[in-house]
Amino acid sequence: MADAFNGNRSILVVGSGMSGLSAALEAAEAGFQVYMVEKEPYLGGRVARMNKYFPKLCPPSCGLEINFRRIKNNPLIRFFTMAQVEKIQGEAGNFDVTVMLQPRYVNEKCTGCGKCEAAAGTEVPDSFNYGLSKVKAAYLPHEFAFPFRYVVAPQVIGTEEAAAIKAACPYDAVDLDMKAEQFDLKVGSIVWATGWVPYDAEKIGYYGFGKHQNVISNVMMERLASANGPTAGRITRRSDGGEVKKVAFVQCAGSRDENHLAYCSGVCCLASLKQATYVLEQDTEAQVSIFYIDIRALGKYEDFYTKVQSEDRVTLIKGKAGEITEDPRTGLVTVQVEDQSTGKILKEQFDLVVLATGMVPSTAVQKIPAEMAYDESGFVLANQPVQGIVGAGCVRKPVDVSASVQDATAAALKAIQATCRR
Amino acid sequence: METKMGVYICTGCGLGDALDMDALAKVATGEYKAPICRQHAFLCSSEGVGQIKSDFESEGVNALVIAACSPRVMTDVFDFGPDKIMERVNLREQVVWSHPANDEDTQMMAEDQLRMGLTKTAEMQPLEPFMAENLSKRILVVGGGLAGMTAANEAAKAGYEVVLVEKSDQLGGYLKEVYKLAPSQPPYEELCESGLDKLAQEVNSQPGVTVYTNATIAEISGAPGLFDVKIQQNGGEANERAGAIIMATGSVPYDASKLESLGYGKHADVVAAPQLEAMFKAGSVTRPSNGQPVNSAAFVLCAGSRDAEHLPYCSAACCVESLKQAKYFKEANPRTAVYIFYKDIRANGNYELFYKQLQKDGVFFVRGTVTGVEDDGSGGLVVAADDMLTRSPILSESVELVVLATGMVPTSALGEPFKEQAAKPGEEDAAVPTDTILASNILNLQYRQGPELPALKYGYPDSHFVCFPYESRRTGIYPAGSVRAPMDYARAVDDATGAALKAIQCVEMVSQGKALHPRAGDTSYPEFFMQRCTQCKRCTEECPFGAINEDEKANPLPNPTRCRRCGVCMGACPERIISFKNYSVGMIGNMIKNIEVPEEDEEKPRILVLACENDAYPALDMAGVRRLSYNAWVRFIPVRCLGSMNLVWIADALSKGIDGILLLGCKHGDDYQCHFIKGSELANIRMTKIQETLNRLVLESDRVRLDQVSISEYRRIPKILDAFATRIQEMDPNPYKGF
Repeated sequence: MADAFNGNRSILVVGSGMSGLSAALEAAEAGFQVYMVEKEPYLGGRVARMNKYFPKLCPPSCGLEINFRRIKNNPLIRFFTMAQVEKIQGEAGNFDVTVMLQPRYVNEKCTGCGKCEAAAGTEVPDSFNYGLSKVKAAYLPHEFAFPFRYVVAPQVIGTEEAAAIKAACPYDAVDLDMKAEQFDLKVGSIVWATGWVPYDAEKIGYYGFGKHQNVISNVMMERLASANGPTAGRITRRSDGGEVKKVAFVQCAGSRDENHLAYCSGVCCLASLKQATYVLEQDTEAQVSIFYIDIRALGKYEDFYTKVQSEDRVTLIKGKAGEITEDPRTGLVTVQVEDQSTGKILKEQFDLVVLATGMVPSTAVQKIPAEMAYDESGFVLANQPVQGIVGAGCVRKPVDVSASVQDATAAALKAIQATCRR
Repeated sequence: METKMGVYICTGCGLGDALDMDALAKVATGEYKAPICRQHAFLCSSEGVGQIKSDFESEGVNALVIAACSPRVMTDVFDFGPDKIMERVNLREQVVWSHPANDEDTQMMAEDQLRMGLTKTAEMQPLEPFMAENLSKRILVVGGGLAGMTAANEAAKAGYEVVLVEKSDQLGGYLKEVYKLAPSQPPYEELCESGLDKLAQEVNSQPGVTVYTNATIAEISGAPGLFDVKIQQNGGEANERAGAIIMATGSVPYDASKLESLGYGKHADVVAAPQLEAMFKAGSVTRPSNGQPVNSAAFVLCAGSRDAEHLPYCSAACCVESLKQAKYFKEANPRTAVYIFYKDIRANGNYELFYKQLQKDGVFFVRGTVTGVEDDGSGGLVVAADDMLTRSPILSESVELVVLATGMVPTSALGEPFKEQAAKPGEEDAAVPTDTILASNILNLQYRQGPELPALKYGYPDSHFVCFPYESRRTGIYPAGSVRAPMDYARAVDDATGAALKAIQCVEMVSQGKALHPRAGDTSYPEFFMQRCTQCKRCTEECPFGAINEDEKANPLPNPTRCRRCGVCMGACPERIISFKNYSVGMIGNMIKNIEVPEEDEEKPRILVLACENDAYPALDMAGVRRLSYNAWVRFIPVRCLGSMNLVWIADALSKGIDGILLLGCKHGDDYQCHFIKGSELANIRMTKIQETLNRLVLESDRVRLDQVSISEYRRIPKILDAFATRIQEMDPNPYKGF
């Protein structure tokens, strides 16, 4: 590590999704040195896997492209992919951070030419697509990946195939001897922006997620709709690849439920309204039903709600879905729900049911390796016993993209203040 | 500057296998007399880069062309510092990866792309940042409510001086009227104190904060780093210089007198939420009609909000504010009957837990659209509602007080539309869509384009960008809090803290002569060759950021620190007097003129593609990464924004014999994706003009075409390019070939 870069006035940003990227860039453009640590082999986090943003229905890669360019043009930012923070010691203005770097098996000589991929035979689950497809054991995480650099999957290390992959590279960029390595950073403050994970829908047993192939989660729906997804953007039945004519969205799948997530995840209503537009756009005959408790479209998002609501092919039904069953013969899935406006029990069959699974803060799964305070759901609290470590984005509360950026910008300022306080 | 050019051609990544590299090198050394031209099998390696660096030392190379991969990759490797002129020619993604190897047309495409890179490099000048004098790093905060106080306090805590201007006699804004706040800490069930006194005290005692109360902004002139602020205070005037501005003037409750249909003004016991707040704050909650205590109350949510006749938007805070007020009643007396009539309860995030708590407290939630509030004849009121889905009418129990949860209206919406001067007789009406600017008397900017921030919708000067919520359309001026968008207190605090950092960033970047978002760090800026200006005003009218003022003779007065470097002014100028050192009308025009156009009988049409570098250009790269192929007639020139396209380029291309011109830009319209707001739309307007000209020249008007393409639509790229090539081939060749 370049020691000149270390120091009390530098800021560590953990996570490089919308919040992490924003915090890092906003601090760096104000003149502060920033390290960014990302556990995936590429920057961009969860938004990189989304198809479109509400309410504009614009592609996330557009904003990411701008942000990546800001990074490329800013010498104050240094980032590490496939890296995670193991240990934090010290105090505001003087933190010692231990970072663990996982081997990529590809070094900085990689040009992205793709010869290694051609030499690979084994296929491994593609985590970028939530396992909905497979990739070669030497792969580019996705075509917009930044850094634009291949990865060799650990599954083939030690095999002849790995040797063939190495031999295929004309640039000596494949390094099969790479080991996990640890290094230390000295920083003045830390922004923790590791984002969220989708609530595990298998825990809601009566929805049959993981059992019924045509019951999917909203994050999977984003991949299915994406041109760079497993189906090249075509939303199809998972059971047989058939066309989807009727799609149901089940809101609050886990959220607003004391047995699962007591809080409201804040974004799922709008995400489902958005995903409804994917279905309508793909097929001019397709129909969408949305089962909801309340539609929470704050502020100007109301316009988007009004727009989708006015579509003839979208039906909104107030009622929490009870059970989802599958016809084993056809794979079609039936949603049972009590329509609260009529009191009647509805049973309707669909090609695809999308569970609007909520957001779980990453900090509920993996705590920050420091003395930190959380609420019962695992969200990082604003007031902390240790100064100088600031939560940003969805680790602090469930928020949408714009609010993440705002929150991350605010967190960056808090981090800057913590470095100034010395 | 004396330049010595070095041309570096990479033969790696299959380029050397697909192209005749010696022929390519001959273009550089023969046609362009490049003194140094080297090929390298792995240019991005340390040896390759080392070779380039040693040429700086030994050969005095200071201008270089890297003909290799896309300029979007290997940026760190090929970064030779600001004193070197550099252009990257994209042979990999856009030529070799998308076209057949060892093919005459692929080779011609590579050679033309190189010619254009060589031409541009020969014309570029080293950048010198715009350094203004007497720059200020102080931050002006307008409005001393929660958002304004927070912004001032947070900026001061980071070591920046702040000038805070508040129109009333003390800080606090709307918070002064507030009794308590909704929960923000676990277990998210109990109300919390507003903390106003502590915050106001903190702001007042910050050494770097100058507070003006009883003060308003008379006038702001200048630009980021150089704002001159006239403050009116108690009849006197004070002057301050500031570098950036945070506009935090908040919102006002929707005027309840417009809600007569909900009984306001008809029944004394129908009150608006702020009145109830004041009663609790004063410690005396009684029925206005008779002064008796309130034993039952009904809240009507969305009173004015989510209503096409009043406020079409959701005011975002009223659901939780009403829950909070319901809690006041339940805390004061758990037996008070409380009804809440709602469409949706929007208690996002952890507010959900508060909502649950109120259900446990026994508040009755009734879902329906309230149709009226009537006297029940016994001194009480009944609320009539339609169930939202069944349309069956519901009537409430008799209640003693009805509370209308009135929404919020931003202070920026309180003003008449600012009208630009109408076109004088004989002048063309501006085809450029004008911004909505409401004369709300908040900032009183001395900007030619109008005195306030342009409104996005409903009078909110919000950003249109999902990823960049702080991007107002006036550089260095950041709206924050409920003036920017409807929001609750917690979000306003975050918003204001973030805005404080944006303001800090602005003053820091400006002090180094650097551009702000989205070309953050760019040190180029437009220079005006005024002798040739004809005062046509197009630059001032078309600049999306209001960067250019005018003197009394209509000469443009550029403000480089307001400028975002998109080049829209350069595209607009019919006299071509606006140039950047590394991007100018002449430079791009010469690139076009250096494309080799084969004779008509060779049947090789040529198509110029001007591609927005933010979205279309990366999409072209992605097509290459995916090895999608398309015709090799196309020649690509990236542009900063399609709005920087100058019509003379079209003329240059047509007179050169190029058969078709395709403009690839971002989506325009209501959900525009253009990072410079209207660049793509402006290009479209300009293009319709050229089409008229084409028709006059008896050239087919569809030789020039604009397509909107988003960055993720790279799969459409081959279709767009090939469909256009097909259309061009259906026409006769451009008759100007060979002239």
